[in-house]
Amino acid sequence: KIIPIEPSSPSAAAMSRFVRRLAGIPWRQIAGEASSVGLLMAQGLCAVHVVSEHVLGVAFPRGPSMLPALNMAGDVLLTDKVSPRRGWVGPGDVVLLLSPEDPRKIVAKRVLGMEGDEVTYPVDAGNSDATKTVVVPQGHIWVQGDNIYSSNDSRQFGPVPYGLVKGKMSYRIWPPSRIGSIDSKE
Amino acid sequence: LADLHGTAPKPWSPASASTEPRKIARDRIVLIMGARSQLWSIAKMSVTGGVIGVTISDRYVTVVAIKGHSMHPTMTATDSALRGDIVLAEKACLDQYKFSRGDVILFKCPSNHKEVFVKRLIGLPGEWIQLPASSEIIKVPQGHCWVEGDNAARSWDSRSFGPIPLGLINGRVTHIIWPPSKIGRVERKWPEDRIPPF
Repeated sequence: KIIPIEPSSPSAAAMSRFVRRLAGIPWRQIAGEASSVGLLMAQGLCAVHVVSEHVLGVAFPRGPSMLPALNMAGDVLLTDKVSPRRGWVGPGDVVLLLSPEDPRKIVAKRVLGMEGDEVTYPVDAGNSDATKTVVVPQGHIWVQGDNIYSSNDSRQFGPVPYGLVKGKMSYRIWPPSRIGSIDSKE
Repeated sequence: LADLHGTAPKPWSPASASTEPRKIARDRIVLIMGARSQLWSIAKMSVTGGVIGVTISDRYVTVVAIKGHSMHPTMTATDSALRGDIVLAEKACLDQYKFSRGDVILFKCPSNHKEVFVKRLIGLPGEWIQLPASSEIIKVPQGHCWVEGDNAARSWDSRSFGPIPLGLINGRVTHIIWPPSKIGRVERKWPEDRIPPF
């Protein structure tokens, strides 16, 4: 309890009024409410992380390497995170993977071959018709952009380990005129 | 009846017959409801704890039990997972993929994405590594790294499967937390003789 003491000067009187007001604010209740709101927000963020990392995420691919299947910009795709972990990825799927040239970049390409498959690819698209055939090593996949004239893919950086695949893009949700599943052509 | 009410049961009489069963039934319903809401709140707490735990393990720090002998004596495994070494690995390094030579890292095996290996990072992107077998010198490509186990004789590493993409890395081991005799930081070290000084 605050024992009122007669203030000795006007500024001391103002100080003691201030201290009395401070003591009147329900600090404990405010702290309790703030921490419960904070905890709720943390739980919400964690739930968003778990779902978007392990179940279903959203991707905004950009660039010309997957034309005409994906636009250069403005597409919004649903990424399935369950399939790569379970190994449900095969030739014809469009996947998101970490670039083997820079792990901070995520690229979208189509899988052309799984381990053990023979892949025939154009070495120098647009300039010559020469092709090469490779066998995809164990645990790796061969990825290529649909737009072979403007794509940096396995033709440049070789087959990539399956562990780099982060998601399978199977459904487009924007723009409205193109909503639907992504074709999987072999 | 004595258990439910905490008192000796009253002798039956026609007057009490109409109210006693309803009171017992009501008490039983209250008990069942209490148990069900208890289970529900335990379930809610477990899901919340699980979600928060998965997030922390994915983004900040995770605990891993060592299997395999490729990092002996720094980290040892035994046949039983409970008695092998247990380490702490941090995930903050996966934000910018900035590693240092000598870091011990966890990564997915390039030929089997389901297996996770622990090895020491010997060569960063752009560095030159001397292959021990043929004394060839190769350059580690951009976006890749060269990994080797401390126990060279029992380690299947970059000397067999070549440089690995940095994107396969799952985390960096910072501390050993079990057994108590080995608790402490995991220090950086690397074979000085295999990396040219330029």
